Amino acid sequence: MLRYALLRIFGAIPTLLLVIALAFLMVHAAPGGPFDAERVLAPEIEANIARAYNLDEPLPQQFFRYLKGLVRGDLGPSYRYRDYSVADLIGNALPVTVQLGLLAMSLAVVAGIAAGLTAALSKNSYTDRIVTGIAMTGISVPVFVVAPLMVLIFAVYLNWLPASWTGGSGISRLVLPVVALALPQIAYIARLTRASMIGVLSSDYVRTARAQGLKTSSIVRHHALKPAMLPLLSYMGPAIAGVLTGSVVVEEVFGIPGVGQFFVRGALNRDYTLVLGIVIFYATLVILLNLVVDLLYGILDPRIRSR
Amino acid sequence: MSYLATLKPIIRKSRDNKTVVVCSGILLLIAAIALIGPLVSPHHYAGTDFEHSFMLPTASDWHLFGTDDLGRDLFVRTLLGMKVTLFVAIIASVVSLGIGVAYGAIAGYVGGNVDAIMMRAVDALYALPFIFFVILLMVVFERNFLLIFVAIGAINWLDMARIVRGQTLSLKQQEFVDAARLIGVSTRGIIFRHITPNLFGVVVVYMTLTIPQAILVESFLSFLGLGVQEPQTSLGALVNGGVSNMERAPWLLLIPAIALALILLCFNFLGDGLRDAVDPKHKT
Repeated sequence: MLRYALLRIFGAIPTLLLVIALAFLMVHAAPGGPFDAERVLAPEIEANIARAYNLDEPLPQQFFRYLKGLVRGDLGPSYRYRDYSVADLIGNALPVTVQLGLLAMSLAVVAGIAAGLTAALSKNSYTDRIVTGIAMTGISVPVFVVAPLMVLIFAVYLNWLPASWTGGSGISRLVLPVVALALPQIAYIARLTRASMIGVLSSDYVRTARAQGLKTSSIVRHHALKPAMLPLLSYMGPAIAGVLTGSVVVEEVFGIPGVGQFFVRGALNRDYTLVLGIVIFYATLVILLNLVVDLLYGILDPRIRSR
Repeated sequence: MSYLATLKPIIRKSRDNKTVVVCSGILLLIAAIALIGPLVSPHHYAGTDFEHSFMLPTASDWHLFGTDDLGRDLFVRTLLGMKVTLFVAIIASVVSLGIGVAYGAIAGYVGGNVDAIMMRAVDALYALPFIFFVILLMVVFERNFLLIFVAIGAINWLDMARIVRGQTLSLKQQEFVDAARLIGVSTRGIIFRHITPNLFGVVVVYMTLTIPQAILVESFLSFLGLGVQEPQTSLGALVNGGVSNMERAPWLLLIPAIALALILLCFNFLGDGLRDAVDPKHKT
């Protein structure tokens, strides 16, 4: 297990470096500087600005300066939000995004598994067809369509829940964003659970258990559930990336002051350092969480370790 | 070896699949309407008419889907959005197909360490939230239309590479590959002249699953205001416009949203149905 863990951890480092280098190069390959404005600046002033942000150094030197900063958690200054560093902006916005993401993931796992199991246990019945149909719809219809429709129905017409973050407080303002964010993941998890449970239930050892006269409920609980959940674990990586992407939309639709909203603002304002910082932050987060998932998988499934 | 011959068994197997037939019918109909509609309608997609803004859908004056905040005809704009969205998605899928097929076929045919390293790289790339890199690219290179195709194509090739590699592994065991090698065809020649043409059918099937993914990315970018720019439009941009006016004119949100959802659903069902024909194991 130790060998497996070390291999995984050292495998993640080159990926991380590659990601940082790629993102950094992309920004620095930009035609025109970050301070190009309608107003033409005197060359001396431009040179001064470039010096203040270390943009006059050769590219490799800038890159290593950036890397050194990253290690200390310093993502540089924001080009548009003066007086704020990118790390400050992310730090202030992060708690809301994390709260939203964790709630959505929990909801997705619970509801997805429940729906998937229900469908698998009554395979080819009407319940099964309805669940798979809804799941396909959930996968097909993007968050940015579902979220506004939910606002229209539950906030504008029925007036049950606030339409935006500032219009409510406590749980009421969390319900719509969390559900909108969780829906596609519920759909994916339900489909995965259904397929994997059906696979496990048709395996030989389940047939043996049946032949011994065990009830379906106890076969599912004691024999089938655990192996059927394994594929779900490997879906957690993409799910996390999906929730992060979705939260950009959800924060935009509901006006939630999270990292995603800063990301969109930064992108529309061409705030290079902010966008670069958030891309690197998100990529690092996803790579780290994937590493955790990989290690968990290794602990739960001994076959993986020996590969 | 005719490319089309590899499609025949797939068509034969899925001809009786009702979902496949219905969905391909709907998609063809949508494509036809999107192409012909604007020619028939008296309105232009960029033609503003401030005296008739926020009009409800009406048959008089041919505002079949009503008008938006600037008085532009939503029918024509929705059709344009469909056209742009489908166009972007198909081009992007062709890009991803090109990269994925070449990458997967090389990894699968060469095998050994090359294969191991190439597929490890695919695994590593799988974990990345690519959409954020695409947005970064959009920020840096000013919303360039061509770039959208390339960027979306560049993120969607991973699945294709995996599938093509798997297919290549089984194809390279066959006699005709041995025969080609025996008469001295180069490795490159075998991969691109003998292996890839045989993959055509499978690749087309998986492309129907790549297209909805590309549509999602494009409409996501347009929704955020980073994709297609006004007065051009795509379904994502139309949904975005609908959101800002939804309390006053909900149809501006509902119509493009339904159009987008319908296209995505049809492609997903079609892809699923076709995949059952090439890969019966996948069916549960």
